[in-house]
Amino acid sequence: MIKLAGLIPLLPLIGFAIIGLGGKKLSKTIVSSIGCGSVLLAFALALGIFFQLHGHAQDVRVMDWIVTGNMHVDLAFLIDPLSVQFLLIITGVGFLIHVYSTGYMKDDENYDRFFAYMNLFVFFMLLLVMGNNYVMMFVGWEGVGLCSYLLIGFWFKNTAYNNAARKAFIVNRIGDLGFLLGMILIYVTFGHLDFNHVFGRASEMSHDESAVLNTIGILLFIGACGKSAQIPLYTWLPDAMAGPTPVSALIHAATMVTAGIYMIARSGVIFAQAEIASEVVAIVGLLTALFAATIGLFQNDIKKVLAYSTVSQLGYMFLGLGVGAYTGAVFHVTTHAFFKACLFLCAGSVIHAMGGEQDIRRMDGLKKALPITHLTFLIATIAIAGIPPFSGFFSKDEILSHAYDHNKLYWMLGVIGSMLTAFYMFRLYFLTFGGKFRGTHDQEHHLHESPKSMTVPLMVLAALSLVGGFIGIPLMKNGHLLDKFLRPSLDGAYSKLLEPNIIHLQHELTLMGIAVAAAAAAIYFAYSIFVKSGFLPQETEAEMSKPQRVIYNKYYVDEFYDSIIRKPLDWSSDKLYRFFELRVVDSFVNGIGTAVKWSANSVRYLQAGNVGSYIFAMVIAVIAILLIKLF
Amino acid sequence: MLLLEAGKSAIQVIPMNWYITLCAVLFGLGVLGVMFRRNAIIILMSIEFMLNAVNLLLVAFSAQRSDPNAQVFVFFIMAVAAAEVAVGLAILMMVYRNTKTTDIDFLNKLKW
Repeated sequence: MIKLAGLIPLLPLIGFAIIGLGGKKLSKTIVSSIGCGSVLLAFALALGIFFQLHGHAQDVRVMDWIVTGNMHVDLAFLIDPLSVQFLLIITGVGFLIHVYSTGYMKDDENYDRFFAYMNLFVFFMLLLVMGNNYVMMFVGWEGVGLCSYLLIGFWFKNTAYNNAARKAFIVNRIGDLGFLLGMILIYVTFGHLDFNHVFGRASEMSHDESAVLNTIGILLFIGACGKSAQIPLYTWLPDAMAGPTPVSALIHAATMVTAGIYMIARSGVIFAQAEIASEVVAIVGLLTALFAATIGLFQNDIKKVLAYSTVSQLGYMFLGLGVGAYTGAVFHVTTHAFFKACLFLCAGSVIHAMGGEQDIRRMDGLKKALPITHLTFLIATIAIAGIPPFSGFFSKDEILSHAYDHNKLYWMLGVIGSMLTAFYMFRLYFLTFGGKFRGTHDQEHHLHESPKSMTVPLMVLAALSLVGGFIGIPLMKNGHLLDKFLRPSLDGAYSKLLEPNIIHLQHELTLMGIAVAAAAAAIYFAYSIFVKSGFLPQETEAEMSKPQRVIYNKYYVDEFYDSIIRKPLDWSSDKLYRFFELRVVDSFVNGIGTAVKWSANSVRYLQAGNVGSYIFAMVIAVIAILLIKLF
Repeated sequence: MLLLEAGKSAIQVIPMNWYITLCAVLFGLGVLGVMFRRNAIIILMSIEFMLNAVNLLLVAFSAQRSDPNAQVFVFFIMAVAAAEVAVGLAILMMVYRNTKTTDIDFLNKLKW
């Protein structure tokens, strides 16, 4: 079974090829069945591998890929618990999102193009997590960047959407530069890009050499910042909401943004030895978690709230990686994939019902019209808020308890962040589903529950958000199945880090209690504001208080980037264009053209066969000779 | 001989510079004719013009210097010019028969 691992990424690629080449000639039924089927088959294969793995790591070599000089890169897959874990998330959640898309995109004229891109996206993401060396990871890394560009700008006739796609692409490129430099440094240091070699050598390195490992770690983390939307490169992610909603779900839940988490978890051996880099990861993650959470408090676009919550949750995962909770981070990726996919797909279902409306101030009271969407949304919201026994609680708790172990301040800020999360998520829930409908009469008439193809994935994801946390029950002996499963992959990382203290039972329970109480308080707070007092966010900016306005405008970060990066660049490009391009380059190029034309014009008489011009040349020549002789 | 002497002295009466100027003008007219006229016959005539300008100059110098050698050159030039014109006109006749024109701009086949 494990030998067949190469088929897993191949299947979506084939799907992409068939749908992409077949195009409009294929009927929607065929497109849907190929699009969903290829991912489902991949999921089945991944599941088969999961059951045969038994904690082993295995390389599946396909062929030599790059062999030049001392460099040797194989086209090979690394099948170990970590990659299998991601395979299951990507193909499993990805499949549900594909199924959902068949309903959501039903009336889109570019149905086939959409599925082709989605399959390609899954293919690259699988490549990213399956490669057994950094080069293959990089190929997948760039591939998902490309696909996110294609999908965010899927409705390319809208300029704003195209700009969002470009923004995502360009911001990601900045991060990619960090990744690329990190890879080069890895190659220079270890002479190899294979995970096995690199980690083998890295774990033998002495403490004195940690400077280079720290540099590698920070460079890789810059790459992760781009893909996983951390400060300062997070700005693309909220804009990425321009794409169709299933795309947002796929990017935010199962693929792309988790790539950074995977990369750092995979490079755990390096980070375990690079204390400064790990600290940077933790701090940036924590800051992002808080920063994005505060922005989420005042957003009024249903998808934007979810987008900032993704940024914030990714921050938690990086906090986990930074403080050594590798399993916790992967655990949170897993549960996050369930509830965030569910939330996004619910949002899609709401938008569908509302006829494209995304502003939560004009929704409310959807409870009756959309019972399934409502229930699943509620489950996912509770899960992300961290209320036991929903899945988000377990994974967040694991990260927070490790953070406590590492630094009390991190823990405290983390709890505040989770309070904020609980507050804005319930704000979103209450404004969308509770109370009375606030939209137009037409919209109210139009309200309807989504078709089966959309609600069934919702139900599956909601069920997973509900029970997904039980794969990692804290405090119980042998209760943490995920940790046991992932251990072989992450052992290298753990052996170097101090084994996290098994926090005293009572201690741990107190921590949990505080976190849950904080979240519950936040939920109650949201309830009292938005349900009891029936508070509605202001329509215009003028009505807001000053700090509120600053946060509502996302701290003006986009504007800040605009003024310190884009405007000077624009200005200097304009000046260079006007002076260098138009004056220097153009006149040089045009000068060559003119010179050639002129000389051709003057010499062509020699070839014209025209007696007159021959004689003329002769006479001129004779005169010239005479003149020369004379003087 | 006497006649020759008379002729010689008559030639010598006029200053040499005048001959040179006249010949230069004649020669220049010939050149201009060759360069700017398009009719092949007139071009041939212009060539004769130049040859004669040279002949005249040679004669003038010969008389001035009392040196008959130049006269031999003049004789040769005349003979060659006659032969050349005979050949040239014959060619021109054939060209005219074939193309019904003596316009040298039309006859730009020299490029082949």
